[in-house]
Amino acid sequence: MIYLQLFVEFFKIGMLAIGGGLATVPFLYELSEKYGWFSIGDLTNMIVVAESTPGPIGVNMATFAGFGVAGILGSCGATFGLILPSVIIIVLIAKLMNKYSCNIRVRDILEGMRPAVVALILYAGVQIGKDVMLTSFDVLFFAILFILMRVWKKGPIFYICLSAVVGIFFGMH
Amino acid sequence: MADIDKTTKENGFFMKDLLKLFKIFFKIGMFAFGGGYAILPLLKAELVEKRRLVREEELLDYFSIGQCTPGIIAINVATFIGYSQKGTKGAVAATLGMVVPPFILIVMIASVFQAFMNNQYVIYAFAGIKVCVVALIANVLVDLLKKNVRNIQSIFILCLALISVFVVGLSAASVVVVSALIALSIGEVKRKLKR
Repeated sequence: MIYLQLFVEFFKIGMLAIGGGLATVPFLYELSEKYGWFSIGDLTNMIVVAESTPGPIGVNMATFAGFGVAGILGSCGATFGLILPSVIIIVLIAKLMNKYSCNIRVRDILEGMRPAVVALILYAGVQIGKDVMLTSFDVLFFAILFILMRVWKKGPIFYICLSAVVGIFFGMH
Repeated sequence: MADIDKTTKENGFFMKDLLKLFKIFFKIGMFAFGGGYAILPLLKAELVEKRRLVREEELLDYFSIGQCTPGIIAINVATFIGYSQKGTKGAVAATLGMVVPPFILIVMIASVFQAFMNNQYVIYAFAGIKVCVVALIANVLVDLLKKNVRNIQSIFILCLALISVFVVGLSAASVVVVSALIALSIGEVKRKLKR
């Protein structure tokens, strides 16, 4: 049955795609070759939508691909398949961590990883920035937003809505 | 530390709390633009600052581990936070909460794909939001740097990580694993020297 196939295939992707959401893309290329569920052109469109809408990119890709293949139930199968390995593995790790959280070596490791994660966040920010900030207006808008955020603590959701309005008002693209 | 699943079973208001967890992540899911680390500002604002359910360091820990394990990092982090709040059921509630809004949105968009992608207002709005995401990350970075990079060891690891990822092009997971090993070794050496 196609729903089961979708579930199994996306379960495998959920297990193998380590790192960011776009890590699912190579596996999706393979899927399109193996089953012909969607074309490369479709895949590119999916990436655009998945990148632009809220939600983790990988999850959006699964939902989109599943829908294209078998409607809503297809999206359910694919999405559920993708997130299930995460939930299982993380719950196991979390249980382990609870047991060992007082272990000084575990504490050393966690503390040591934090600056590394900060570096990764910086890297992610720079990559997104390079992709997104193309005109001087973009840069100006970024600078204004940044200053506003430091001074006026209104929370991310406020600023996201504000930027959507600004985008529309100024015809940003 | 007691097993969270065992202790939360005894709490009578369990279902209400699960729903609350679901709703919190539903809200985050609706605004989770940019995926991956871009949800950090949302999580920080909602869980650390507003509701004080999680500490900032815990959040970073979940991201580090979530980076190295299979699966999508945002999902891993949601599962982790959910588990830390309400055990396995919490993990499921949080993860589902975050996945449902994008799911509904994508299904709706997939049905009217062309019209959506070509709508001028959508294009304009997204262009604005994309810049905002970068600003949000930059804003969070300032605070993270101030709080988590304060001693020599963390500055060292930060610089090493930056070089690894920007210059050497090491994968994110490798960077995290190497920093863990470095921190572990430094810890061991420090303890041996104390004796």
